[in-house]
Amino acid sequence: MTLDAEFFRRWMAGTAAAVEADADRLTELDSPIGDADHGSNLRRGFAAVAAALEKEPPDTPGGVLALASRQLISTVGGASGPLYGMLLRRTGKTFGDAAQVSVAEFAQALRVGADAVAQLGGAAAGDKTMLDALLPGVEALDAARGEEPRVAFAAARDAAESGALATVPLRARKGRASYLGERSVGHQDPGATSSALLLRALAEAAAG
Amino acid sequence: MSGSGAQPAAGLVGVVLVSHSAAVAASVAALAQGLAGGGRSAPVAAAGGDADGGLGTSADLVAEAARSVDRGAGVAVLADLGSAVLTVKALLADEDELPPGTRLLDAPFVEGAVAAVVTASAGAPLADVAAAASEAYTYRKL
Repeated sequence: MTLDAEFFRRWMAGTAAAVEADADRLTELDSPIGDADHGSNLRRGFAAVAAALEKEPPDTPGGVLALASRQLISTVGGASGPLYGMLLRRTGKTFGDAAQVSVAEFAQALRVGADAVAQLGGAAAGDKTMLDALLPGVEALDAARGEEPRVAFAAARDAAESGALATVPLRARKGRASYLGERSVGHQDPGATSSALLLRALAEAAAG
Repeated sequence: MSGSGAQPAAGLVGVVLVSHSAAVAASVAALAQGLAGGGRSAPVAAAGGDADGGLGTSADLVAEAARSVDRGAGVAVLADLGSAVLTVKALLADEDELPPGTRLLDAPFVEGAVAAVVTASAGAPLADVAAAASEAYTYRKL
């Protein structure tokens, strides 16, 4: 398994398909604590990503993520656009012009991307945001950096999915949900859920 | 997007108002320009709503608005909430997406917009426009 531009295009196309399939669930999760647009916003964003990558496929991993980032920032319309856009942009920038990357390089780059998300949103672990799935995913990926992509990405997916489930009892401290205070407790965070989808698509892209 | 001021505004700081709502952005622009009084007005542009006119933020509208008010003296951007703030920050992190000298102001949206447009129209530099807008946070109502 080579982590080249083709792999990264498959990852983005897989994310678009996963978001499409789960858009209604994401919007449902976003109804009690958000403004009920997370699924439709991300569906629009990743559909634009998939279309742009098909039209003009970049030939490096960094190029794929830069193009995806630009599409998300300009088409999503909600806070998830700049947040996911920043995640992919900073992750891709770390790759430079490399034609392919290792699992260890991917782990390091994804950490840079997740840190940029934390900085942009002013959020930290435990704030009931997408970081609560991303950061455990990054940790698991880092711990498995010596493994084959298939094994390492599956570990990242599992950690992200557990992280998303673990947002249920948390009280939101960022974004619109934070206005709800205690009433945000008992709901799974939609952003953490979509971040888990992103890492599930990553694992699927490596499973071939 | 609303148009620029009625008179030529060479060298003045431009002001961009980014709201989730197109109506809010346009109305606050009109309010700020109205309160700035007669004489020359700084260029002001509204970038409200998402690309389809719904509630949200359009990065393209923000970038277009910033370019339209850039007179070479810098562009002051005010944003209301959530995605409006994050979109501007993400665009600023991208170096080439907004005109050089574009800055997000840390200010309340309505009061900050009025302060920014008044000071920019008076010919103040970007740092002073930013300071005046931020100072609007200290205006207590009780």
